[in-house]
Amino acid sequence: MAEPWVDWDWVGAHGEEIIDLLGDHVTLTAAAVSAGLILSFPLALAVRRWRRWQGPVLSATGALYAIPSLALFALLLPWTGLTRTTALIALISYTLLILVRNIVAGLDGVAPEVTEAATAMGMHPLLRLVRVELPLALPAVVAGVRVATVTIVGLVTVAALIGHGGLGQLILDGLNRDFRTPLVVGSVLSVALAAAADVALVGVQRLLTPWARRGR
Amino acid sequence: MGFLGDVAAFFADRANWRGGNGLTQLIVEHLGVSVAALALALALALPPGLVLGHLRRGGVVAVNVANVGRALPSFAVLVIALQLSSIGLVPTMVALVALAVPPMVTNSYVGVAEVDADMVEAARAMGMTGRQVFTSVELPSALPLVMAGVRTAAVQVVATATLAALVGFGGLGALILVGLRTGDHVEVFAGALTVTVLAMATEVGLGALQRWVTPAGARSR
Repeated sequence: MAEPWVDWDWVGAHGEEIIDLLGDHVTLTAAAVSAGLILSFPLALAVRRWRRWQGPVLSATGALYAIPSLALFALLLPWTGLTRTTALIALISYTLLILVRNIVAGLDGVAPEVTEAATAMGMHPLLRLVRVELPLALPAVVAGVRVATVTIVGLVTVAALIGHGGLGQLILDGLNRDFRTPLVVGSVLSVALAAAADVALVGVQRLLTPWARRGR
Repeated sequence: MGFLGDVAAFFADRANWRGGNGLTQLIVEHLGVSVAALALALALALPPGLVLGHLRRGGVVAVNVANVGRALPSFAVLVIALQLSSIGLVPTMVALVALAVPPMVTNSYVGVAEVDADMVEAARAMGMTGRQVFTSVELPSALPLVMAGVRTAAVQVVATATLAALVGFGGLGALILVGLRTGDHVEVFAGALTVTVLAMATEVGLGALQRWVTPAGARSR
């Protein structure tokens, strides 16, 4: 119990490595959430177009979400091996449930009078989607992106077990060598990263929805 | 078919089900620690969540606890808890309870606090005491949402119990970790498949329970 929680000399000597892993963590998270968004938008639009698919699509993404992260990495191993691709496929699959659900809820929440007015003005449905519905759905979409991002930041650490865990590598290293410093540094930075990403996304939402600030 | 055939053969071989590291034992350990962690989390999370919801106080804390919980990676909690106590059960329980409490607190708070105000007012106007309003109006209406929180927590607990093998607890993660270390992909896959089936069964089973506790008048579909 005499071992200190953080050996600052070790931190100083490994600064570059820590920053590299932090960068890796950010890249993995950003890649997974962006790819998740790219997949979720068409899925959400399809669900709104063909309503009877809503149940099956949400159940399927829910089933993906229920697969334990370590197990999903393991299930992909025979096909993609110990690669970054394995980590990314698993991470992307966890974003789908949250993102699809929030995009559908956001678009469903747009008042029918507003879409009718847009249609009456002669807007093409695609233009109406981009100019009217998506901006109004943005708060719900951003809420989904926030939840997905914070969740993925945490899950990336588990990918350390297949060698692509960003800050999780530090936690695993600390566990394997029974050395507290890396595991504390990895854990603290991971939580800080999740918090920073969440705050940054709130900022993005404020920038993208200037009308929401007025009148309050 | 070669690889999946090997996996099927792994499950078919009775020797893999028996003994201290057999599938049966690992499944029992896995479910045992999950149920224990859920029971403890229920005892810790529901009373404050429901009471705060009834009083409609502390909403900011009750709602945000889920966000904070999400930011804490279970892997990190597990490894740090290992530093504070010996190997095995205790760090596993700490990590799983920490995972399960936040969604349960948030859902039980929101479930009770968001009960239709008109309904609560009507109950009071009928002369019900605070306790009666809670037990016969708020609690039944909140039950579906409370159960949704328990279901979310349970699926995550069963899924995350896989990591317990990292701190020497056992459970199905042991099969995956041993397989990863020895390069035995069949064993890894078999372990992953079993734990996935358990997590899905939890999701589906508690989903059915959630529908069952939903009052008939509140069922939307």
